[in-house]
Amino acid sequence: MGTKAFLLATGPLVLALVLPGSSTAQTANSSSRLANGKPDLNGIWQALNEANYDVEAHVARPAMALRAGSYGPVPASAVLALGAVGSVPPGLGVVEGGELPYKPEALAKRKQNKDDWLNLDPEIKCYLPGVPRATYMPYPFQILQSTSAITFAYEYAGAVRNIYLKDPGLPPADSWMGQSVGHWEGDTLVIDVTGLNDQTRFDRAGNFHSDKLHVIERYTRTSPDVISYEATIEDPEVFTRPWKMTMPLYRRQEKNAQLLDFKCVEFVEELLYGPYRKHPLNK
Amino acid sequence: MRNRFISRAAVLIALGLICLTARPATGQVKNATAKSAVPRMPDGHPDLQGTYDLATMTPLERQRGLPPSLTREQAEALEKAELARRDEDNRPSDPNRAPPPVGGDTSAPHSFFEALEKAGGGAVGGYNRFWLNQGATYTVVEGQIRTSIVVDPPDGHVPAYNAAALKRIAAARATPTSTAAERQDAVAEPPGAYDNPEQRPLSERCLLGFGSTSGPPALPDYFYNDLHQIVQTSDSIMILSEMIHDARIVRMNAQHLPKNIRRWMGDSVGHWEGDRLVIDTTNFTDKTRFRGATENLHVIERLTRVDDKTLLYRFTVEDPDTWDRSWTGEYTWPATDQRMFEYACHEANYALTDVLRGARQQEAQEAAKAKK
Repeated sequence: MGTKAFLLATGPLVLALVLPGSSTAQTANSSSRLANGKPDLNGIWQALNEANYDVEAHVARPAMALRAGSYGPVPASAVLALGAVGSVPPGLGVVEGGELPYKPEALAKRKQNKDDWLNLDPEIKCYLPGVPRATYMPYPFQILQSTSAITFAYEYAGAVRNIYLKDPGLPPADSWMGQSVGHWEGDTLVIDVTGLNDQTRFDRAGNFHSDKLHVIERYTRTSPDVISYEATIEDPEVFTRPWKMTMPLYRRQEKNAQLLDFKCVEFVEELLYGPYRKHPLNK
Repeated sequence: MRNRFISRAAVLIALGLICLTARPATGQVKNATAKSAVPRMPDGHPDLQGTYDLATMTPLERQRGLPPSLTREQAEALEKAELARRDEDNRPSDPNRAPPPVGGDTSAPHSFFEALEKAGGGAVGGYNRFWLNQGATYTVVEGQIRTSIVVDPPDGHVPAYNAAALKRIAAARATPTSTAAERQDAVAEPPGAYDNPEQRPLSERCLLGFGSTSGPPALPDYFYNDLHQIVQTSDSIMILSEMIHDARIVRMNAQHLPKNIRRWMGDSVGHWEGDRLVIDTTNFTDKTRFRGATENLHVIERLTRVDDKTLLYRFTVEDPDTWDRSWTGEYTWPATDQRMFEYACHEANYALTDVLRGARQQEAQEAAKAKK
C-alpha cells in the first residue's frame, strides 16, 4: 500500500505515530502543486543551522583547527589570524539521538580527520561536497522540478545532481555526488543515493563515511516556504547501525533570490599550486 | 608531449586556422512539425527537456574548399572516410611495425578531425581512440547538410578581429600569459605561460569546459563529453553541460543582474517568442574570454523544438570591442539515451600540479646545464 493511500486510510495523526520522526507526513499546501499533482519543490532553498560545522550537538569552539594551549585548546597557527571569524558557532546538532553510532575503530579516524582538519576536509580544497553535506552547506541550492525531471543545483562549487525518476540500474562507478534515484511516497520526495565515494565528509568536524555509504533522503514541504529534510545514513563499515539527520530547509525570501557563481576552484589555486609558482609568494 | 590538457589548448587554434565558402543566413527557424506534434509543458510552451548530444562532424567554421552544404552522397562519403580512419586507429598496433619517424608524425592532416587530433596531441600523438567520443554525422538544418555551424557571415567564418581586439591581443602577447585557448591566435604557449596557475587556460584549471562547451554559446567540444541536459520549469530553465558540470540557469522573464555582478557563463535571462525560447546573456567576467571577446560579450540564443528527438540551437554573438559585426551560428541538438556521468575535474587535477612542477624541474635542469 502506498503512503498516500495509507495516509488517506488512517489519517495523518496515526501516520505520525507509525513512522517515528516523520513530521514529513504533513502535506504541503495543495495550492502549490505541479500539473501532475506532486508538491512543487521549485525554488531556492537553504539550511539555516550549524551542521556543516559539526552535525553533532556541540558547544562553540575557538577554531576549526586547534592546538593544545596551556589552558585548553587554542586556534592552530594556520588559522589564528582569523580570530573570532574563524571560530565555530554552537549548535544543537541535526542527528537524531545526538551522537553518531561509530564503530569503535572508526572513532580513531574521526579524531584524525578532526586533528588534521586543514589537510583532510575536502571543503577546504573546494571539492564536490557529496550527499547529504551539499544540503546544509552555508550556500543556497535550487530545485528544478518539472513533471518529468528533477535536478538539484548547488551554489557551492557548482555541484549538481540529476535525480533519476526511473532507476537506471547500478551506478557505473563511484562519484562525489553519487547517483540519485527519486520517487514519491505520497507528498514526500524520496531520493535514494548510492555510488558515493569515500572522499567526502559530513562536516568540518571530521565526521566521515566509507564508500559503502547509502543515503535515503526525504523532502517534504510542510509549508510554502519550508521543506522538512530527513536523511537516513547507512554505512555498515563505519557505523554500528543506520542513523538519521533531520532539519528544516527554508526558501530564500529575497525577491531576486538566485544562485550566483561560487566557483571556489579559483580561490584554492594558491593553496594547491602556490608552491609551484615560478616565484612563490612570500609566506 | 605535455599533458593532455595543454595540448587541448592548441586545438582551438587549429579550429581557428581552418577555412571557407557561402550561404545566406535565413534569420528564421521554421517549426518543422505541426504545432500539436511538439511535446508541450503544462504551461503550453514547448517541452525542451531531455539529454542531448552536441557532438557533430560539422565544424564551427567551414573548411577551405567546401560548399555551404553537402549532397547526401558527399556527406556519406566523408562520414564513411572519417569512420574508417577511426576504425583504423582502434586496431591493435602491429608489434612488427616500423618505428615512427624521428620527431613524430608531422605529415599534413587530411580531415578536420585529424587536424584537431594532431593539433591536440602534437607530432607524437595524444589520446588513444577509446578516449574520444566524436560526432559521426554532419548536422542537418532545414534539410541542408551543413559544413559549418557559422551561418552568418555567409562564408561560414567567425569575423576577423577588429582593431581593438588586435591591439588587446598584441598587449596580451607582450605579457607572458597562456590565455591561448581563449585567444584563438597562433601563439599557444608563449614564454612564461607556465609560471603561475592563473596563466593556464580555464579548462586546464577546471573552471570552464574546453572550447565553449558550457557556453554561451554552447559549442561542440569535438573530442568528448558533449552531453547537455535541459530541465525546464515555468520560471527557470537549466542547461547543464556535462563537462565541468556547468549548470547555467536561465531566469525567465527576469531583469539582468546589476553590471557589477559578473558571471563566468554570463547572466542569462529568457523569454518565449511563440514557440521559440530566446535567451539573452550579458554580464560575463573579463576572464571568460570566449574566442578572445571581452566582458562586454552579448550572446542571444534561440532554442526551438524541431521534432520530438531534436532541438535547433541558434546563437548570435556580439562584442563591439572584438568584432565589427555580430555573427550567428546554428546546429541541431539530437536527443540521446546516453547518461551523463559526473565530471569531477578539479578533484583529480593532478595535471595542473604536474604542469607547473614540470616547468620548475625544466628550469632547474637548464640552470644546472648553464652552470657547467
